[in-house]
Amino acid sequence: MANNNDQPIIRQGKWKYTWHMMKTNKSCYLMLLPFMLFFTIFTIAPVVMSLPIGFTNFNMIETPKFVGLSNFYTLFLNDDVFLIAVRNTLIFAIFTGPFSYVLSFLIAWLINEMSNFWKTFFTFVYYAPSMVTSVYVTWQLILSGDSYGYLNAILMDVGILNSPAQWLTDTSYILTVVIIVQLWMSMGAGFLAIRAGFQNIDKSMYEAGAIEGIKNRWQELFMITIPSMGPQLLFAAVIQISASFTVGIVGQNLVGLPSTDYAAHTIMNHATDYGSIRYEMGYASAICFVLFAAMLLANKGINWLLGKYLD
Amino acid sequence: MARKRRKKQQSIEKLKVSEKKKRVNGSLGGDIAIFVFLCLLGMFMVFPLYYSIIQSLKPVEELFVFPPKLYVINPTTNNFSDMFKVAASSWQVPLSRYIFNSVFITIVICAANLFVCCCAAFVLSKCKFPGSKAINQIIVIALLFSSNATWIMSFLVMSKLHMIDTYWALILPSVSTAMGLYLMRQSMTTIHDSMVEAAKVDGAGLFRICWQIVVPNSKPALMTLIIFAFQGAWNIQGGALIYSEELKTLPTVVQQITLAGLARQGVTFAAAVVLLIPPLVVFLIAQGNVMETMANSGMKD
Repeated sequence: MANNNDQPIIRQGKWKYTWHMMKTNKSCYLMLLPFMLFFTIFTIAPVVMSLPIGFTNFNMIETPKFVGLSNFYTLFLNDDVFLIAVRNTLIFAIFTGPFSYVLSFLIAWLINEMSNFWKTFFTFVYYAPSMVTSVYVTWQLILSGDSYGYLNAILMDVGILNSPAQWLTDTSYILTVVIIVQLWMSMGAGFLAIRAGFQNIDKSMYEAGAIEGIKNRWQELFMITIPSMGPQLLFAAVIQISASFTVGIVGQNLVGLPSTDYAAHTIMNHATDYGSIRYEMGYASAICFVLFAAMLLANKGINWLLGKYLD
Repeated sequence: MARKRRKKQQSIEKLKVSEKKKRVNGSLGGDIAIFVFLCLLGMFMVFPLYYSIIQSLKPVEELFVFPPKLYVINPTTNNFSDMFKVAASSWQVPLSRYIFNSVFITIVICAANLFVCCCAAFVLSKCKFPGSKAINQIIVIALLFSSNATWIMSFLVMSKLHMIDTYWALILPSVSTAMGLYLMRQSMTTIHDSMVEAAKVDGAGLFRICWQIVVPNSKPALMTLIIFAFQGAWNIQGGALIYSEELKTLPTVVQQITLAGLARQGVTFAAAVVLLIPPLVVFLIAQGNVMETMANSGMKD
C-alpha cells in the first residue's frame, strides 16, 4: 500500500533492497514510533527481562548478583508454597478458562436470538461485573463469617448449617468462594468479542443454510455459526488464557495475601509476595518467567486445538 | 429486472417466515426456559452491584437492620457527604483531589491510547514495510501479557527510569496496549484499500489518510477501544507505584476506606458506588453506539 511504486527500485541484493524500502516508508515508521516506544518499554522489556533477572539475586538496592539456576532450582524443588500456588492456579485456570469460555459462548448465543432491547440489556448485565473491581464489600457482607453474614443466615434459616461457616478464612471453603467470585467477574472482553462475532455473521448464510436443508438450531450452530466466528473465538481464547493464568487480585482483596494456609494462593500472588513485599526481585522474576512460559504454552495448545477445528 | 429481484426477495422472505414459524412452534417452551435461565443467572451477576447501590442510599437506621432489606424506604445522600467528611478527617488531602487524579489520568490515558493505537493500527493494517509482519506477530503474542501479568517486572523498569511516584507511572504503561492495537487493526483491515488509494491519489499524506478516512470509518472499534481504555484507567490502583498522598487515585482510597470494614458500611458503599457508576455509564453509552454503527458499517462490493 505504501508509496513503494514511486521510484524504480534497483535490486542490488537483499539488504540494499530492504534499506531502500525502509527509506521510502519512513513515514510509516514515524507513525508507528509512539506506540512502539511505550510498548517496548512497558510490555516487551518486562517480559524479556524476566529471564536474565531470574538468574540473579536482586533486591532493588544492591547491584544484581549472578546466581545461575539457583532461583529456578529453589522454585521447583524447595518452595512448597510455589507448588501449592501452581496447583491453585491450575484449578483457577480450568474454572475461569474453559468453563467460563464455554459459558460466555453459550450466553452470547442465547442472547443473540433475542430482540434488540434484551440483547443490549443482557450484554450489559453480564458484562457489568467485570468492569467494577470495587464491590468486594458486598461479597464480604454476603460471605461474612458470623451469623449475620447473609449466606450464613440463609443457610442457617433453611437448616443446612448449624453454626456459621467461616467462608473467607476456613481453608476448605476459600478456594471455592474465590473461584465463584472470579467466575462472576470473568465475562470480560472475551464475552464481548464472541457477542460481536455473533452479530457479524452474515444473515444470508442462514438463509443459504435453510435452503441447503439445515434442520435445527444445533446444526445451524455447528455448521454455520461456529466456523464463521473463528477469529473472534480465537481472540476470546487468548483473552481468557491471559485472564485465567494471572488470577490473584480478586483473592488478594477478598481473603487477603497470603490467604489462610495459602489456600487460595496463586502464582501471581506468589510473585506479588516476593516482588512487592519481600523485594526479592530475582526470585519474583523467575516466578514471572515460569508464568509467561506457561501462558505461551497454553496459547500454543489452544491455537492448535481451535485451529484444527476451525480450518 | 426489478420485478425479478422482488420475486427472488419474496421467495427468500417466504422461506424465512416458514423457518421462523417452525422454530417458534417447536420451541416456545425452550425459549421461555432460556429466558428464565438468563434472568436467574443475570440476577446473580447484578445482585452485588444492585445491592451496593441500595446500601449506599440507606440511612443509618436501615443499614444495620437484620434481615437486610433489598430496597430503601427513605433514600438519603448522607452517606456520600459523610464520605467527604471521613476522607477530610483521615487524610491531609481532600477527597476531591483523588477524584481529580482519577479523572485526569483516565482522560489522558483514553486520549493517548486512542491516538497511539489508531496511528499504529493504520500503518500495520494498510502499509507493507520491512518489519511489519514481525510486529504483527509480536502484537498477537503480546495479547497474552496483559498489564496484570507484567506489573512486577514493569515496576523494575519504572524504578530504573525514576518514574515511581509520579503521574507517569500510572499513565505511560496503559498508553500502548496490545489489545487496543489489535482490535483497531482488525477493524481497519476490513476497510477497503480502494478508499486509501483514492485518498492517496488526491494527495493526502499518511497521517491525513489515517485521521480523515480510516479512523472515522472504524467507529465501532473506536468505541470498543474507549470502553476498554476507560475501565482500565478508571480502576488503576497506585499500588506500589505511588506513595505520596496527593497522587493517589480514587480506587486506592476506596480500598483504604473499605479496610475500615463493615462497621462504616454506608461510607464504604458510597465510595464503592462512586467508583462503580462511571464505567457502567460509559459502557452503556458506547455500547449503544457500537450496536448502531455495527449495523451500518457493512460495506460490500
